[in-house]
Amino acid sequence: MSEPLLSVRDLKVTFTRQGAEPFHAVDGVSFDVRPGQTVGLVGESGCGKSVTSLAIMGLLPRRGNSVSGQVMFEGTDLLGLSDKQMRERRGRDLGMIFQDPLSSLNPVVSIGVQVAEVVQRHRQVSKSVAMEEARAMLDKVGIPDPRRRLREYPHQLSGGMRQRALIAMALACRPRLLIADEPTTALDVTIQAQILALLKDLVSESDTALVMITHDLGVVAGMCDDVNVLYGGRLVERNMRHDLFAAPAHPYTNGLLGSIPRLDSARGEPLDPIPGSVSDNLPWAESCAFAPRCPSAAPDCLASSPELVPHGGGGTDGEGALRCFHPVVPAEVAR
Amino acid sequence: MLRFVVRRLLQMAGVMIVLSFLIFAWLRSLPGGPVSAILGERATPATRAALEKAFGLDRPIWEQYLLFLDRIAHGNFGASIRVQAGTDALEIFLDRLPGTIELTIFALTIAISIGIPLGYLAARRRATILDNVSIIGSLVGVAVPVFFLAFLLKYVFAVQLGWLPVSGRQTPTIDATHITNFFILDGLITGEYDAAWDAFLHLILPGLALASIPFAIIFRITRASVLEVLDEDYVRTAEAKGLTSRVIRGRHVLRNAMLPVTTVIGLQVGSLLAGAVLTERVFSFRGVGDALAVASTERDYAVLQMLIIAAAAVYVIVNLLVDIAYAIIDPRVRTR
Repeated sequence: MSEPLLSVRDLKVTFTRQGAEPFHAVDGVSFDVRPGQTVGLVGESGCGKSVTSLAIMGLLPRRGNSVSGQVMFEGTDLLGLSDKQMRERRGRDLGMIFQDPLSSLNPVVSIGVQVAEVVQRHRQVSKSVAMEEARAMLDKVGIPDPRRRLREYPHQLSGGMRQRALIAMALACRPRLLIADEPTTALDVTIQAQILALLKDLVSESDTALVMITHDLGVVAGMCDDVNVLYGGRLVERNMRHDLFAAPAHPYTNGLLGSIPRLDSARGEPLDPIPGSVSDNLPWAESCAFAPRCPSAAPDCLASSPELVPHGGGGTDGEGALRCFHPVVPAEVAR
Repeated sequence: MLRFVVRRLLQMAGVMIVLSFLIFAWLRSLPGGPVSAILGERATPATRAALEKAFGLDRPIWEQYLLFLDRIAHGNFGASIRVQAGTDALEIFLDRLPGTIELTIFALTIAISIGIPLGYLAARRRATILDNVSIIGSLVGVAVPVFFLAFLLKYVFAVQLGWLPVSGRQTPTIDATHITNFFILDGLITGEYDAAWDAFLHLILPGLALASIPFAIIFRITRASVLEVLDEDYVRTAEAKGLTSRVIRGRHVLRNAMLPVTTVIGLQVGSLLAGAVLTERVFSFRGVGDALAVASTERDYAVLQMLIIAAAAVYVIVNLLVDIAYAIIDPRVRTR
């Protein structure tokens, strides 16, 4: 088993605002990513998956939050680095792509400059070399006529093309880790599939590790090796993709799977959503946060907080994990 | 880009035609009119009629309008009767324009070179002492009337401390050759550096008074605009690329934040001319504003008409420049 490339240990992000209760957006999350592996962070809005990725990248706002724990990347704790050191790593060792490709691109700077500036920054090459590299990158991410596109601006590109350009920027310096935060949410379905296929090709070809942040289990099924399910800022279940889909153990995971429409279900059969919303969460400190929405909740769920314990045989790091007093028994699996 | 400029130029011609019509209509509707302004209230009907005939005021209105356009096209705005009696209005305007341009450029340079950097810093260090102090400073800048500030500056720095000249564009006793009527430029061309320096010293106090409002507005707009841009996703993308803060500031933050600031600067150039009326009066600075003040209080219609047309033209030209600047900064405007 290879050493992990990225090893997140007990990551906590707390938002503090004057006059308001501190909010634990990420509450002790740990996971590993090995070189070349694709790991999913899954959960609904507000579960802490995006905040986790911003904390890894060092992109959280400077004020109004506190971050603790460890983010080990190739033996260095990224959380201990200075702003300057982190700036050198971002874009070179760690790349990131974001959800909305239009707003994530600068409207007044040409695509060429926006790709070339990463190369120029991290590889100390001349402007023309960086531009040539940018052209090659655009070609690589499947943008037709890249030489012309270099001179164009974001508003002249289609949505799929913009996301390809963002991917080109993130991968221009061949980072060893790429974080993709809901990369296909803002795109229509046919483009989604193209972008996912492109991402998959690029990371496997360059042996880049990928952290895929998504609420879409369909994306997880097609991309990820390992899956971490987050709820209310904590990890509730981790497993290899196959095991997770075959035998979800946490009622929340089971609920997520049950709420996906299936091709083989009878026409007119209602979907089975998870009742309630994250606003019903209980504090993790003395209970299970998911209990109010959980079909298998029992009195002990409200009385004490479940720990993350090894579970099943899954996960490439040798252990799956689960945080639940009353796991789903295989017969109850939704489907 | 060329097509964009040509289209704007055509629009500009249209605006000037509408303006000429408005100015013409305004001149005809003035109480008293030019005839009584020249002859006084108690002229006999015969002399009035003679003068009306001489001015073409007895012809049909549309003919008068065409005559009016024809005269303007030939630069004939009529002779002044009060500002400098007997001198051609155009000549007065051209004589005084350089002073006002010098003053406006000086004031605008101060306003921009302090307002934009300070606005950026205040946004970056939001809610710190620097931010709060500069907000209060800019509020004072807008709230204090220009003529009061002008008097205050004059009293403290010219009269009491004696650091700077009290009034005028240049010390009258200084031996200066005037070629372009831009006194600083003249001094630099002829090598009379002391004359150029003297003219520059004369600009400082009126320039500061004139700069107060544009500075405050440019500062506030820059601050608000930078705050908005800092929250944009593309700034986060730039951060995720690990770019240096210098590149992020210049290419990603300021370039986008400058769009609304450009518009405001354009509008301020226009209102600087209006502000110059008061400031130039206080400092007896021989510029366009000073002439406008005299012409409007003493009903010198030839000069007034000249200055109003010129002011309108300045507004239109500055707006064209703003549009071009906008198209240079923002490709979305250019390619539409």
